[in-house]
Amino acid sequence: MKARLAALALVTVLALVATLTGASRPTTAAQATAAATMSAAPFKVSKALKVALITPSAKNDLAWSQSAFDAWTKIQKEVGANLEITVSENLFMVPDAAAAIRDYASQGYNIIDAHGTQYGSSMFDVAKDFPEITFIYGTATDNGGSKGFKNVFAYEARAEEGGYVNGIMAALLSKSGIVGVVGPVNAGDAKLYIDGFLAGAKSTGKLKKTLPPIFTDSFGDTAKAAEAAKTLISQGADVLTGSAQQVPGAITEVQKAKGYWFGTQSDQAAGWPDTVVAVQVFDWVAVYKDIITKHLAGNLGGASYELTLANGGMKIVFNDKVKIPDDVKKAGTDAITAISTGKTNVRAITQPAATMAATMSMMATAAK
Amino acid sequence: MAAETSSILLIAAQGVAASAAYLYASLGEGIGQRAGVYNLGVDGVILMGAFSAFYAVYSGLSPVVAVIIAALVGLVFGVIMAFVSVTFKAEQGISGIGLYMLGLGLSTLLFDTLVKTPRPVSGGFVRVPIPVLSDLPIIGPVLFDQTPMVYGALLLVPVAWYVINRTTPGLNIRAVGQNPQAADAAGLNVTRIRYLSLMVGGALAGVAGASLSIAQTNIFQQNMTNGLGFIAVALVYFGGWSPIGILFGALLFSIVTTLQLWIQTLGIGISPSLISMLPSIVTIIALIFAVTAYKTQTPAALGVAYRRDEN
Repeated sequence: MKARLAALALVTVLALVATLTGASRPTTAAQATAAATMSAAPFKVSKALKVALITPSAKNDLAWSQSAFDAWTKIQKEVGANLEITVSENLFMVPDAAAAIRDYASQGYNIIDAHGTQYGSSMFDVAKDFPEITFIYGTATDNGGSKGFKNVFAYEARAEEGGYVNGIMAALLSKSGIVGVVGPVNAGDAKLYIDGFLAGAKSTGKLKKTLPPIFTDSFGDTAKAAEAAKTLISQGADVLTGSAQQVPGAITEVQKAKGYWFGTQSDQAAGWPDTVVAVQVFDWVAVYKDIITKHLAGNLGGASYELTLANGGMKIVFNDKVKIPDDVKKAGTDAITAISTGKTNVRAITQPAATMAATMSMMATAAK
Repeated sequence: MAAETSSILLIAAQGVAASAAYLYASLGEGIGQRAGVYNLGVDGVILMGAFSAFYAVYSGLSPVVAVIIAALVGLVFGVIMAFVSVTFKAEQGISGIGLYMLGLGLSTLLFDTLVKTPRPVSGGFVRVPIPVLSDLPIIGPVLFDQTPMVYGALLLVPVAWYVINRTTPGLNIRAVGQNPQAADAAGLNVTRIRYLSLMVGGALAGVAGASLSIAQTNIFQQNMTNGLGFIAVALVYFGGWSPIGILFGALLFSIVTTLQLWIQTLGIGISPSLISMLPSIVTIIALIFAVTAYKTQTPAALGVAYRRDEN
């Protein structure tokens, strides 16, 4: 009996150690950088705010989660001690994230950022019980206004725009005329980006062959992403792209094959300086600042945000260490201009039916 | 026709390469289970091995030294598992899950502290074609143009089979897993044999991690195994606790996994989610045939803690 209790205690200790050292441990950025350089007009908050960020993968995943963490960290550096950011990362399982969201709400956090589409329904459940807290989530457009929610903001990135730009450059850069895509699942932000990329690549007329994307059916299977890249490369692709935190596996294979990579969500160039040509970086700073401002003014929700190339929420960041032909880069920058000025509507290209339906709806509303 | 044959060979070669991590982990787990202890923490040990090997190469050490380090780290985890399950006789399933969480958490903590962001290493294993053999038609490019880690995994199969089935230590392991009371009565030290089996199993799981991070991918990322360790445990059951059966299972699973990636590039209009189910479906079908076709060698005392004072 004593041995059993001792064993149970040891296992419990092991589990506790794992939990305390594990990936879902909240981390705070409140103590960071009192010495950070302030810009000429620093963003200020009039009272102390506590923000919780919940992410489905690691905050340093070079992808979706890192884009949010980097934005909150940047704002915190600007604001200082008046803004406390707490992160719960790697909460891919929705029940775990739901528990964290409710926990933070119970602790009196002012703003809770559930950074994942899958968190939506759980977040709304908690938002209903805590009307004084601002909840934000994405990729999503539904801020719950039609259901009576006044404390929810939604956001999405028009990832297809940067995908389109990357696709144009990838097709022009490819010597084999074959580009490859390594995707997680064919849904959400990944689908938007991939559809945009393939549309951009096809628009150049330079592709000799169109390889369908390979989906690993996972966001974090680094080895499978590497295998997917190997498969595409062995079929002639010399310029690849992909989405989600698994991409380091794929980029490494592209690097071995001396190919090129176009990325999305977070800047991946630092790890593969000779391989990553350009990345569509999501910059959530302006969105988050607007939400903070609204929250402090008593407006806790009711809006939906979009990151676009036009509003600067998405930027195509070129890696200076990779020299590409001037005409390729110009094609990319021309595409950015065309999209930003509305001359090219990528969503209409990738989702013609949905765009037509939205247009008809707007026209009907205007006619009333 | 030549292009199709070439594609089939590429798929097979890629599948064989991907099977190495499964082989190391499954063969190691098989040894532990033959001694009567199952370790569900294999995935966590693989992660620790993967990080250890990656960090060793990242720090400038040779890949061979990195594999040794990964094996030692895995061995330590094997000792932990033995301490909890054999000495303290904890429920093996629970202690295994605890070990998995420890490996997952610790590898993530070490990565976040020491490396901070995903980055590749350049000093890992590369493919080494074996002269003459790699030129053989069909099997040449599939089996003999691989990394040393793949060769090691394939060679481990007959070695493991021979040790388990034809040597005294192997007989002792099987005796302890089949009937520890009788083994004890015959003078075998059940505790010592189970400890050693788990240490070997842990070491091989560590080597599986090294195969993943410095041979198959040349990178480490948090939780990059994505459940590989649990599949490795399943392969032991699939293979009927036989190294030959485990080899068959690992190759089948890996090659079909690679095949489904290739199928997606054909654009045949089937949902990628359905196609990605293929490895699991094929493995289950094969398991049904295997269970009905031959008698498995389930260790009778598997999962049961041995208490000398109760016998």
